[in-house]
Amino acid sequence: MSDPVSALNGASFSGIASVDESGLAGMITLRGDLASPKLQAAVTSATGATMPEPGKVALSVDGGLCWMSPDELLVLVHYAEVEAKLAEINAGLAGEHALAVNVSDARAVFQVSGDGAREVLGKLCPVDLSAQAFVPGQFRRTRMAQVAAAFWLDQDGSFHIVCFRSVADYMFCLLSTAAQSQSEVGVY
Amino acid sequence: MSTRLAKQGRLIDRSKPVEFTFNGTRMSGYEGDTLASALLANDQMMMGRSFKYHRPRGVVASGAEEPNALVGLGNGDRFEPNQRATTTELFGGLSAQSQNHWPSLEFNVGAINTHLSRFLPAGFYYKMFMYPRAFWKHVYEPFIRMSAGLGKAPDPELKDADTYEHFYFFADVLVVGGGVAGLQAAKVAASSGAKVLLLEQTAHWGGRAPVDGGTIDGMQPEAWIEQTLAELAAMDNVTLRDRCMGSGVYDHGYALGYERLTDHSPGNGGPRHRLWRIRAKQIVTATGAIERPLSFAGNDVPGVMLAGAMRDYVVNWGVTPGQRVVIVTNNDDAYRTAITLHQAGVDVVCVLDARPMGGGALMEEVRELGIRVEPGRAIAKVTGGKRVAKVAICAQDGEGGAQEEIAADAVAMSGGWSPVVHLWSHCGGKLNWDDAQAHFRPDASRPPLGADGADFVVAAGSANGEFALGATLSDAAAAGVAAAKAAGFDGAKPTVAVGLDADEVAMQPIWLMPAKADIKLRMKTWLDYQNDVKVSDVQLAAREGYESVEHTKRYTTLGMATDQGKLSNINGLAVLADTLGAKIPQVGTTTFRPPYTPISMGAIGGEARGDVFQPIRKTPMHDWHDANGADWEPVGHWRRAYAFVRSNETVEQAVAREVTNTRENLGLLDASTLGKLVVKGPDAGRFMDMMYTNMMSTLKVGKCRYGLMCSENGFLIDDGVVARIDDDTWLCHTTTGGAERIHGHMEEWLQTEWWDWKVYVANVTEQLAQIAVVGPNARKVLEKLGGMDVSKEALPFMEWRDGKLGEFDCRGYRISFSGELSYEIAVPASQGMAFWTALMEAGKEFGVMPYGTECLHILRAEKGFIMIGDESDGTVIPQDLGLHWALSKKKEDFLGKRAHLRSHMADPDRWQLVGLETVCGSVLPDGAYAVGNGSNANGQRNVIGRVTSTYHSPTLGKGIAMGLVHHGRKRMNDVIEFPGVDGTIYKAKIVDQVFYDKEGEKQNV
Repeated sequence: MSDPVSALNGASFSGIASVDESGLAGMITLRGDLASPKLQAAVTSATGATMPEPGKVALSVDGGLCWMSPDELLVLVHYAEVEAKLAEINAGLAGEHALAVNVSDARAVFQVSGDGAREVLGKLCPVDLSAQAFVPGQFRRTRMAQVAAAFWLDQDGSFHIVCFRSVADYMFCLLSTAAQSQSEVGVY
Repeated sequence: MSTRLAKQGRLIDRSKPVEFTFNGTRMSGYEGDTLASALLANDQMMMGRSFKYHRPRGVVASGAEEPNALVGLGNGDRFEPNQRATTTELFGGLSAQSQNHWPSLEFNVGAINTHLSRFLPAGFYYKMFMYPRAFWKHVYEPFIRMSAGLGKAPDPELKDADTYEHFYFFADVLVVGGGVAGLQAAKVAASSGAKVLLLEQTAHWGGRAPVDGGTIDGMQPEAWIEQTLAELAAMDNVTLRDRCMGSGVYDHGYALGYERLTDHSPGNGGPRHRLWRIRAKQIVTATGAIERPLSFAGNDVPGVMLAGAMRDYVVNWGVTPGQRVVIVTNNDDAYRTAITLHQAGVDVVCVLDARPMGGGALMEEVRELGIRVEPGRAIAKVTGGKRVAKVAICAQDGEGGAQEEIAADAVAMSGGWSPVVHLWSHCGGKLNWDDAQAHFRPDASRPPLGADGADFVVAAGSANGEFALGATLSDAAAAGVAAAKAAGFDGAKPTVAVGLDADEVAMQPIWLMPAKADIKLRMKTWLDYQNDVKVSDVQLAAREGYESVEHTKRYTTLGMATDQGKLSNINGLAVLADTLGAKIPQVGTTTFRPPYTPISMGAIGGEARGDVFQPIRKTPMHDWHDANGADWEPVGHWRRAYAFVRSNETVEQAVAREVTNTRENLGLLDASTLGKLVVKGPDAGRFMDMMYTNMMSTLKVGKCRYGLMCSENGFLIDDGVVARIDDDTWLCHTTTGGAERIHGHMEEWLQTEWWDWKVYVANVTEQLAQIAVVGPNARKVLEKLGGMDVSKEALPFMEWRDGKLGEFDCRGYRISFSGELSYEIAVPASQGMAFWTALMEAGKEFGVMPYGTECLHILRAEKGFIMIGDESDGTVIPQDLGLHWALSKKKEDFLGKRAHLRSHMADPDRWQLVGLETVCGSVLPDGAYAVGNGSNANGQRNVIGRVTSTYHSPTLGKGIAMGLVHHGRKRMNDVIEFPGVDGTIYKAKIVDQVFYDKEGEKQNV
């Protein structure tokens, strides 16, 4: 394997919040019956995370499970282990109707952190980002300005944003624009 | 003259002078001034000229409703036209220009129009400029554009220097308006625990109360405002925003707030405007009321002003618009202006009260101050050119015979107050006519309704028609309780502040002054200042048969200017109703539409400008292409290289070079943008058979098949190569523009019609970088990289294998869209650039060159392959394109099958795809139509075909084309004619569409 390169090679910006491209992350799209014990066993054992509630992400040291829709999970694993984890999940799902595919390279991941993080996202997505409404562990599929995106909030107050790789450049410029200095809204 | 007073001016800081310029003249004001108050302080009463007659116009109001004082603000990349001087906060270095004057504000050529006004009545443009037709474009329109129009557009070569943004916010209760009603409503609603957002359009809280006086809870209004504001600011569940106008209310509790962040200090960093996109469970409109002008002759002369506004200028900014002021009114409120002016030392010459019995307590107070009060009297006419000079007084109940002429330099008028019902009405809230107060006010029993059928807007305070201070506050408290409750918060504490102000007696509606004013006076009596609409215009419209207020509005242009008739609408429709002999509520109002006042285009666009104007999708090799001469073309949101242009050649030359090189040596195409959809499940085979017109369920693992997709109406919607991955998995390639669309198409059928089929679809387009390796040397370069066996035997045409090439894990497809020996190799996107580089390196000795989409098009056209979007356009079926072979006859059904049986689809007269070659070898114009004999019912020549793709073929050295032609396949070798837009008739021969390597030997080696 050649050295894999993320879309923006770790670009970063600092304004009212910090914007950083996180680099490559292992991601598997899994479609199937989320209530199936076999599926639950396969993904929880592959990631060490528990099954997420709807609208939530469940994280572990080695990965995580994001609830995408009633029949879809986004499985987070270490980038280097994605093919092995995919094989492991597929083995666990043998005989069950499901679809698991590696989408790690189809994505770009950004981290937005700092005091202004909630406001930066609040400028771009139609989501209630107040501290009361959006709490750590929540996972949201939405749009950011003109592109599709999903994000979760971690315990440290950082947002992790997933978008398509082809629009990584747009997303980075967008987040940097929203984080421009002297643009604090002052509500969160 | 208008001048700064020695005292008063609660909003200005006299210790901080501010320099600015108006039409290039240096002037001085104070911090806290608006541009309007600062101009008045500098005796600049005249601020612009009117739209149609170029009449001199002065400021008439003090807030957002101002129709006259519009200026061009700023310079260069910060210039903006049509800015209201009344809502422009003064800052150091402000530069303003008056509008619609030529050559200068003082001397204006266009003002001749005012003398021609009897020739420019309502509907003049419609009547005059209809005929002859051709004159509109070449004579009338250029003339009108010169003489009419307000602000100038900014220089198109300059870019706005500022940035803008949006912000999404969610609240239980949104309160629009930070006057005492809004503050009271917000306080009560917030006491329930509801999350409250309170918006105020100006930089100051409290609205008119500090100017109008009275007491609240025994305090001066200002003290109560300060105290309430502090209480609200201390609550975690309350957000306060000033300089933020609630500009529109929309369905589902959606509202817009327009925040002006740096208009008062341009260039100081940060975004200029922020558009708040608010979702609120309940909305309280505490938007106040607007005073109406009175309709008398000369009511547009600079110096004639709303009585409430004149009071504002004195109290808020310490400016008096005149030294000798006449006040004319039909209600008690204007007496407050008399008192205010008197206390400020201004000479109030007299108060003309159109009511025969005059007013109540406030009138008595004014009389006691020694001011002359004349009940039953009116203004016959105001005279003066650029400034009020004389006021002629008459009986209100007469024809305007002047009984007395008074010298004065300003007139304060009050025709009563209208609640600002705009936001209530935006989403369907209905109004009632209030006879006693002569205005439309919200009908609480017919509010705007949300998706659940429940009301979501409550009007409060004077916006609800409750004008007395006490009534305003108790109404607002009730609104706060109601909104909180409807938002799900029951515990609001209805602490009502007690407001006390003077008792007022009834106003009397006065729609024309004097009541029987003759036509000479009516022709000088303005309704709409900005659009120059007079009483006589509306009356003329009524006589000409315009009964609907909506039609009259458009015919006369009443209320159609940038102020949207905030001052003129009620007066105009009252005149219309009177002329028609109807009652005002029968005539009704025009429609209130957002935004409340104009908002900047920048705010609407938000962050979308420059680099983030639009998302541009980039493949992993995008930057390399850009650095290597890519001439970009948009394909959906993707950018694809049209050609890789070298420094010594044109784009056309680059394309020709790429075609020749690919045919003779080796070409590389970035095919990463092509859609890749994985379809998997026990029912995937049957699903694939429904999606595609050909049989896909029988495809063997390891093999590829070209397939067509039709809509349920039988039209061709996409095509591409399908690969069978394993027993229950297929990989579908779509066109670049088709990936998301076809993914959605598949999901729609699976979710709505075949929800019980066990099939999952995933879009993996961006997971893979895919490179087409094309040309006689294609196999050599892959063999040089080494790894998987790419020989004819191991990887035959239309098959695929997983393996390794060099250090890259890949999937290789043996497919060809060019007619050459060709592979498409897919690698993980994060290694795409490295793989491209490896191929370029290894390919050097084989003459490798990258090629772009135009070369791709020519290669496929030489082979007669169709392109979705060229040969298909949403009206074309596979049969038109001779693709019968791809329509399975064995399958019971597929999407489009039934549609193909319709008579029109099976019609032998449908145009058929053929090849076309001009007789002389030139290139046919794209999209050209072939003409036949005779003409159609419209006298146009009959058409018998059209060009769908046309290129110069470097391989064949001549023009080649494809087209759809009537009975085309039966007409081989016929020559047909294509008239070009350049006047040339192109003659082309109908030929087979496969121009190159008809036997397909080159791709199968």
